[in-house]
Amino acid sequence: MMELEIELKKASDTLKAWDTTSISLTAGCDLFMRYVTRTSALEFEDFNSAKSRVLGRAEKFGEISNKARKIIAMLIQDFIFDGCTILVHGFSRVVFEILKTAAQNKKLFRVLCTEGSPDKTGVLLAKELAKLDVPVKLLIDSAVAYCMEEVDMVFVGADGVVESGGVINMMGTYQIAIAAHSMNKPVYVAAESYKFARLYPLDQKDLEPALRPIDFGVPVPPKVEVERSARDYTPPQFLTLLFTDLGVLTPSVVSDELIQLYS
Amino acid sequence: MDPRRGPLAVPKVRRVGFFTSIEPSPETPRPNRSLSGPAEAITSSSPLSDSPSGQFISPVQIPPSRHHSDNLASRAAPVPVPGPSAFRRQLANDRTLHVGSYNPVDSLLGTSPPSSNGEVSEDSGSLFGFQRSDSAKLSASFPNGGFNMTVAVRAPRESEAKVAIASTSDGRKKNVEASGESESVATKPRKEKETKSLKEKTSKAERRAIQEAQRAAKAAAKGEGSKRAGESSRPKPSKPAKQPQPKKEAPQVTSSLSEKRAVSVEKERRMDVPQTQMQYDDKSRVDKAKRRSVVEQTESKNKVELFLHLPQYERGNQLPNLSSNIFTLDTIHHAVYKVGLQHLAGDIAGDNARCIAMLHAFQEAINDYTTPPMKDLTMDLTAKINGYVSFLIECRPLSMSMGNAIRFLKNQIRKLPVDLSEPEAKASLCSEIGRFIDEKILLADKVIVQHAVTKIRDGEVLLTYGFSCVVEMILLYAHEIGRKFRVVIVDSRPNLEGQKLLRRLVTRGLDCTYTHINAVSYIMGEVTRVFLGASSIFSNGTLYSQVGTACVAMVANAFSVPVIVCCEAYKFHERVLLDSICSNELGDPDAIANVPLRNNKKHSKTMDNNKNLQFLNLMYDSTPAEYISMIVTDYGMIPPTSIPVIVREYRREDLLL
Repeated sequence: MMELEIELKKASDTLKAWDTTSISLTAGCDLFMRYVTRTSALEFEDFNSAKSRVLGRAEKFGEISNKARKIIAMLIQDFIFDGCTILVHGFSRVVFEILKTAAQNKKLFRVLCTEGSPDKTGVLLAKELAKLDVPVKLLIDSAVAYCMEEVDMVFVGADGVVESGGVINMMGTYQIAIAAHSMNKPVYVAAESYKFARLYPLDQKDLEPALRPIDFGVPVPPKVEVERSARDYTPPQFLTLLFTDLGVLTPSVVSDELIQLYS
Repeated sequence: MDPRRGPLAVPKVRRVGFFTSIEPSPETPRPNRSLSGPAEAITSSSPLSDSPSGQFISPVQIPPSRHHSDNLASRAAPVPVPGPSAFRRQLANDRTLHVGSYNPVDSLLGTSPPSSNGEVSEDSGSLFGFQRSDSAKLSASFPNGGFNMTVAVRAPRESEAKVAIASTSDGRKKNVEASGESESVATKPRKEKETKSLKEKTSKAERRAIQEAQRAAKAAAKGEGSKRAGESSRPKPSKPAKQPQPKKEAPQVTSSLSEKRAVSVEKERRMDVPQTQMQYDDKSRVDKAKRRSVVEQTESKNKVELFLHLPQYERGNQLPNLSSNIFTLDTIHHAVYKVGLQHLAGDIAGDNARCIAMLHAFQEAINDYTTPPMKDLTMDLTAKINGYVSFLIECRPLSMSMGNAIRFLKNQIRKLPVDLSEPEAKASLCSEIGRFIDEKILLADKVIVQHAVTKIRDGEVLLTYGFSCVVEMILLYAHEIGRKFRVVIVDSRPNLEGQKLLRRLVTRGLDCTYTHINAVSYIMGEVTRVFLGASSIFSNGTLYSQVGTACVAMVANAFSVPVIVCCEAYKFHERVLLDSICSNELGDPDAIANVPLRNNKKHSKTMDNNKNLQFLNLMYDSTPAEYISMIVTDYGMIPPTSIPVIVREYRREDLLL
């Protein structure tokens, strides 16, 4: 049984090493290990039954993760009322799932979509939403504060949810959250529970750097540095609620969940 | 029936706020008083008040839960009253009753009328010759200063059952027990905490008062008396006390009239760790405590109004007194005596050091302990520990961590299997204490250092305040593993603890800057992280630490500098602290008045006798949770909102089960 655990650990480490910057990958692997190797599975004398139990738990973990998006989408439906304006940032599959479900439920809302440069992921999202006949408006990232007054709520996804209750997400989330907070608009984060990570960043530079190439369209002069970080950290005081497959949580509950999970 | 014994105490409501005089709290849950009764209480109590001004400026009251007011009132009745009857009679006679936080007379007056809750005054009046209204008011006024208060509040569940002897108390008790269950949740944990300190000191008095006043109850009480045995094995009922516990105890607690029962009740009361400080407003309680005390201390004369509920003694004469007594004192074990002296002399500072010293002393004491014949190890040892704790409190009020450690120890004593022989029991206790020290303090510190060091990067400027042993360990370790950083040490009078840290860091080669707290807003611009130590952290995330910490945290917050608090988990507490006033410690006022290297001999004379000048030397202050970014504990890095989670998940197992 111990051998199996060691093998699992090795596999998990290999996976994590493939992309060291991905928080959700690391968090997911860690949580999977905890979930699967917890307690009673290991008390069985018979190896086969223990193994099948571990397998069963692993499958369950996979199922939950797959279904997580649907659960989150369902939970958040009550928060989308007819005639509301939603601001989204970048392309998050969870958020897309939410909006898709809302459209299918025949809710009337419109979406303001930031461009999400330099990846232009926002444009992709806008295209998908247009297919669903949802009124979409594209903004450049700088226009967020300008449009914030007509926004009713902000939806963001998450790369990782940290112990303080804050989120790590695509670059630009932090400033949207600050703008929303200052204008008293709620910021809702949609994140599956396997993204809960045992990190505790105190400021922006406390994260593992995740760099990406940025193309400004014009060549950058030689002596000029470029800020290439791909993500930022939004502290919990700017977030209103977290929608997870564990339910609708406040940011302070994340630590509670993590403590229980790792205790 | 001894007419001197009086009715039981009525639970007092804790008074928070500014008072010009110590007046009875108008908002006591007296049965015959509606909650709008304050005005009457005030006016009627004023003749009894000591305070020079008859004015009562309405303080911020924490009202008792209204729908339980009746219950509370009835509960209050059987609360044991502290103090001997003669004492009480004297009080009654002079009418100079210091109706402060706790009014013992009230307890006497609080004999619950069997029939109605409203007749307390009559009973008390008959007992004392007080005027009814006065006694009623007196009983009603239980600002939660005295021990009894807390006892009273909690009492309904258990103490009343235990102690209810007098008929009135019995009647009340019945009411109480009936309502005991219902009021459980309503009774605020705060009250329980408060009752605790009351309980332990007033059990004797309560018991007597109840005994005298209520004959009829005796018979009924006797029936319950048999349950007492079970009761004594329940040490700290209330401290960690959630309401279920008192509830549980209530049925078991039966007041028996026997001496033994009273003694055990008292022991039970005293088993509760006196973590809430005794409120020193009340002269009667203070006098009573003085009579019992080992250390002779004289109270300071010139105390700040707002802090009258905290003890302050004239310095200078305690140490010689105690030192001379060391060979004659046989009630206190010499190791504990030594620790007490060290506290008094100020040789031990710092929470961890105090806690470890105390636990080591207890270990020695337990080792040397032998059970007297015909006595139960658990009960007797717990009583002895209570005695030691009282002595230590007299030397210096306990810190939160020490309180938690004592709770742990009492829990261990309680959990001892009954079939263990004495040497085995003693060995087991000593090893448990050793384990506690190792795991919760020493090992915890190592884990904290490991976690915290990950937050120190090269090029950081770290600020720390005062001297915290954990912060020192973190800085030294980070330096050892080669991080490049600078330290700013902020210090303050009168203790100037930062100098100790400065010396230690500089000798190890760290780059240090030293400044006083008046420059903290100047220096904060350069700082990247703030590391603070803690005396305790409460359930709402409030940090309780050396005075000045709140200032530093606030300035850091204003500069958006993250504040990291390093605190072992055993210092966490379920209490909630809202300000620095209710719970604090007063240090030596002369330390403020005397500035070294300055010729102030002339000044001190004028300053000492001047009524308009009071020195306030607070030792602790409370920092709100919003100024704290992160808390590093041995369970990892957590936000301040997760303190109750840790307490819930981990401390339960350790301390309560």
